[in-house]
Amino acid sequence: MAQPPVLLKDTKLMDVKLGQLGSWLAMRDFTPSGILGGMRRGYDRYYNKYINVRKGGLGGISMLLAGYIVLSYMWSYSHVSK
Amino acid sequence: MLSRLVLRAAPAALRALPPPVAVGVLHATRPLHTTQQSLAPVPPLPEKGGEVRHGVIPEEFFQFLYPKTGVTGPYMLGTGLLLYFLSKEIYVVNHETAAAACILSVIVYAIKKFGPNVAAFADKLNEEKMASALAMKNEAIESLQKAIDEEKKEQWRVEGRTYLFDAKRNNIAMLLETNYRERLLMVYNEVKKRLDYQVAMQTLKRQKEQEHMIQWVEKNVVQSITPQQQKESIAKCILDLKALSKSAHAAVHEILYMSLAFISGILLSVLVFAIIFLFRKSE
Repeated sequence: MAQPPVLLKDTKLMDVKLGQLGSWLAMRDFTPSGILGGMRRGYDRYYNKYINVRKGGLGGISMLLAGYIVLSYMWSYSHVSK
Repeated sequence: MLSRLVLRAAPAALRALPPPVAVGVLHATRPLHTTQQSLAPVPPLPEKGGEVRHGVIPEEFFQFLYPKTGVTGPYMLGTGLLLYFLSKEIYVVNHETAAAACILSVIVYAIKKFGPNVAAFADKLNEEKMASALAMKNEAIESLQKAIDEEKKEQWRVEGRTYLFDAKRNNIAMLLETNYRERLLMVYNEVKKRLDYQVAMQTLKRQKEQEHMIQWVEKNVVQSITPQQQKESIAKCILDLKALSKSAHAAVHEILYMSLAFISGILLSVLVFAIIFLFRKSE
């Protein structure tokens, strides 16, 4: 551990301890531009990992489709359950 | 050039910033190109994407659970979750479930059967695109290389300039020489013409003088011959002619007599021989 201690706001979500979760969440940027930036970053990460490759496979779009199926089921759950 | 970049970037930056800060940006100089990063060459695309198991679950999930639950952990979790959803009616089984099952089975079968073919086709398309791009790049490099070689050859040619100029200088010198000699010849011809003219004038003058003198002398001589002298000279000429004719006549008679004598002598001899011959014949 030769590095200096990393600031809380720079840690990734997986490295945050459970006790610090509340303060970590409070520190995040929730302005509209911040949210847009977060969405763009998420999209870029997914795109560059699964789609923007030489030999893209099936998983890239099938995961998106599965997510869409799950989300639409969740939205129509009240209609489906009798 | 830096100032031009700043001016180009300034309007975009001004639009993004709130107004009070805009005034400061125009005057401040932004540090440009201080980091090492640059856009070229672009890092190549990764060969394969993130691993996905069964088409829907990323591999990281399995790796995340592996230390605690081993290989079968995620599957157990999946089975448990499924049974929980079914039993608690969180996932309702209705007509859509049957439809989903049929559709999913068909999709899975189609992917298993035609997957590799489609992948190969897509790879071929990609390969063609890459090949054409590479070909363009190579062509560009080749043409530039050729341009470089041509340039080097031109530079080498430039060295031969001195010879070219020497040859041109010689040409010009010869032209000048030829021109000079032509003009010299022209001058000579002109001067000769003028001198010839003078000479011709003089000969003509002398000729005319001679002719005139001769005519004048003749005229005077003819004038000086008086009629008396004419008669005397005519009489003298007649006498001379007569004397000449006499001598000529006598000479003519002499020739006549001599020729007659000759011919008669020949005839006489011929007659004598003929008589003797006949005489001999008749004996």
